[in-house]
Amino acid sequence: MIEFWYGALSAMLTTYVVLDGFDFGAGALNLFLARDDRERREILAAIGPVWDGNEVWLIAGGGTLFFAFPRAYAAGFSGFYLPLMLVLWLLGLRGIAIELRSHLESPLWRAFWDAGLCGASALMALVLGVALGNVLRGSPLDASGSFLAPWFTHFRPHGATGVLDWYTLLVGAFALCALCAHGALFIAWRNDGAVRERALRAARVLWPVVAAAGLLVIAATTAVRPEIYRGLSSRPWAWPLALLALLGLCAALALRGRDLLAFLGSSAFLAGTLLATAAGLFPLLLPSTVDPAYHVTAQNAAAGEHGLRIGLVWWAMGMTLAVSYTAYVFRTLRGKAHAGEH
Amino acid sequence: MTDPLFWHRLQFGFTVTFHYLFPQLTMGLALLALLFKIRALRKDDQEAAAAARFWLRVLGINFAIGVATGVPLEFQFGTNWSRFSAFSGGVIGQTLAMEGVFAFFLESTFLGLVIYGEKKLGPRAHLAAVAALFAGAWISGYFIIVTNAFMQYPIGHSLEDGKLQIADFGAFVLSPWAMWEYLHNMSASVVTASFVVAGVAAFWTLEGRAREAAASLRMGVVAGLVSCALQLFPTGDRQGKMLAEHQPVALAAMEGVFRAEKFAPLAIIGQPDVAGQRLENPVYLPGMLSFLAYGSFGTTVRGLSDFPSDQWPDQIELLYYAYHVMVGLGSLFILLMLAAAFRLWRGTLARSRGLLWSLMLAIPFPYVANTAGWLVAELGRQPWLVYGVLRTADGTSPRVSAGDVAFTTLGFAGFYALLAILFLFLVGREIAHGPRT
Repeated sequence: MIEFWYGALSAMLTTYVVLDGFDFGAGALNLFLARDDRERREILAAIGPVWDGNEVWLIAGGGTLFFAFPRAYAAGFSGFYLPLMLVLWLLGLRGIAIELRSHLESPLWRAFWDAGLCGASALMALVLGVALGNVLRGSPLDASGSFLAPWFTHFRPHGATGVLDWYTLLVGAFALCALCAHGALFIAWRNDGAVRERALRAARVLWPVVAAAGLLVIAATTAVRPEIYRGLSSRPWAWPLALLALLGLCAALALRGRDLLAFLGSSAFLAGTLLATAAGLFPLLLPSTVDPAYHVTAQNAAAGEHGLRIGLVWWAMGMTLAVSYTAYVFRTLRGKAHAGEH
Repeated sequence: MTDPLFWHRLQFGFTVTFHYLFPQLTMGLALLALLFKIRALRKDDQEAAAAARFWLRVLGINFAIGVATGVPLEFQFGTNWSRFSAFSGGVIGQTLAMEGVFAFFLESTFLGLVIYGEKKLGPRAHLAAVAALFAGAWISGYFIIVTNAFMQYPIGHSLEDGKLQIADFGAFVLSPWAMWEYLHNMSASVVTASFVVAGVAAFWTLEGRAREAAASLRMGVVAGLVSCALQLFPTGDRQGKMLAEHQPVALAAMEGVFRAEKFAPLAIIGQPDVAGQRLENPVYLPGMLSFLAYGSFGTTVRGLSDFPSDQWPDQIELLYYAYHVMVGLGSLFILLMLAAAFRLWRGTLARSRGLLWSLMLAIPFPYVANTAGWLVAELGRQPWLVYGVLRTADGTSPRVSAGDVAFTTLGFAGFYALLAILFLFLVGREIAHGPRT
């Protein structure tokens, strides 16, 4: 039961990163790939109808964390109090920038929201990576089962850690590159003309950087959280996930002119990487950098068995519905996005 | 100023109050837009179709601000109330996760289609998309109310290893408290939407644009009269009776009753003097409180002095005023909508300038009444976070300091002030433009 909820939570958060990730990538690149208002509106027409549904995966994932592992939700969210407030404001800014931008004809109004969208999206991509880095590295959890992470301390991933250190910033930089590269392939798939050409050129530059940064992150993680690789090597069922990531990376790097497949490859890369990481990390939810005895794990954070079993019923129903709406909307919106639609 | 509890309560109270200005319109407007769409399709009514299109545009802006201000709340349980979250996540985490899984996906997925897809979908599929949006918004409301109802009247739970767990899921999600609280809250959201629709239509009529306004004016007044009546009876009445049974100390504070009384009178006006334990300058309706709370004039209503003072709500004056503002406004709303409905029936509403002015100027007041109503619910629940089980003071995040919360509260205040300006500016432009196609 606990294994199931750990998997379900990982799957929901992974889906969030894959789906909202292309919104962040497209938002961060929008200033560079679109040269005039018409082109900007083409990009917005691609993410406009879906960003909100994509963000729901974060809300639903957060809700699932809350109900399945209350202690992890409580310790993690209060421990990262200020960084999470930053996330909330960035998400708010991103959403209203997309929604309000095209309500007025004024070029100044639109330039303001375009810059807001770019800044908020780029920072969110970075923040998602820093957040992952913090989960993998661990937090200064002590005997009380809580912590309050300072922004930074000595920039080393051991002992009295802060939110930012060389390791979490490395993962953040990797996430920024990866989500921009992912967003570029999304734009290439959903748009045409000059925007698509520029997006493909950006993807050609970004994906080799992603591959190189990925190798650095793997090397650094071997030192910071070796349990992941021990976990992965002892769980052969998770190996296909790593393979999926590798194949996805190859597809994103190599496929030219087959936009949908390249985008699916980049989605597979992100999904495979995150799910394989989660599979290796199990049962850790929030490791402690103070003492392994203070790790918050799936076992010691889980809600009662009866509640988790009930959750299984509605979760399966709700997810089936949610996946079908999402598929329906993506199907309705298929074909290239055009400026008039936003 | 150095007490973290104060700042945690202020931050959550502020962000949730500001947020709820938007969903109350979204939920009510989703229903009215659905009714406009149905009328447009069944009677081939072009004015209703134009009204639906106009109000869905307003709903789109409103929804965007609702999302931007709503996402923080899902996080704040953990960031600000970590001991509460760890203690009760096994129960209330269920409904919060269910809201995401069942309501938010539905709502946000179909909003895009509703706003951008009318041409692509055609009239029937677009009506279905509006219906899905309506369902999403109203399901979302239900799960939030069940969560709140559990905090007001815990049911279906057990205490295992010092944590709340689900014992009887059916009792929890079908809590009788949730049923009446939900109906009361949803009809209140229809009141807000009706007043906005009727008030904006009154503005157009006064501007000499009666043709554009007619469909909205009719819908606003009819829906307004029905929802205002439901607000009083049965939903408000049943809420009051549940309160009398399960939170008698909150009822005493709301009504300003300090000592137990038979034939307890209802105070219409008066100021509570908590230190002196009495109500100053009261204007009473004799016996009415006993009757309203328990259904008979002779029943004794217990006063605050019948309860240990550590069970008293800690903001008795605010609770008392909020409750009287809610009830007073609710009564005035019924009178206004009765007058407007009478003129509408006689066909003279579009010429009744005084009534049109009143409808237009009434737009902010349902927001005030809704806010006051939630203040009553949440202040009445004090000093408990989960009634009788967990005190508010024991629910905060122990490591988060008062200064950090003060700092981010100011951040929220600035951010939300900007959102409020943007909202009024953009909706104001839409209203000036009107439902012309």
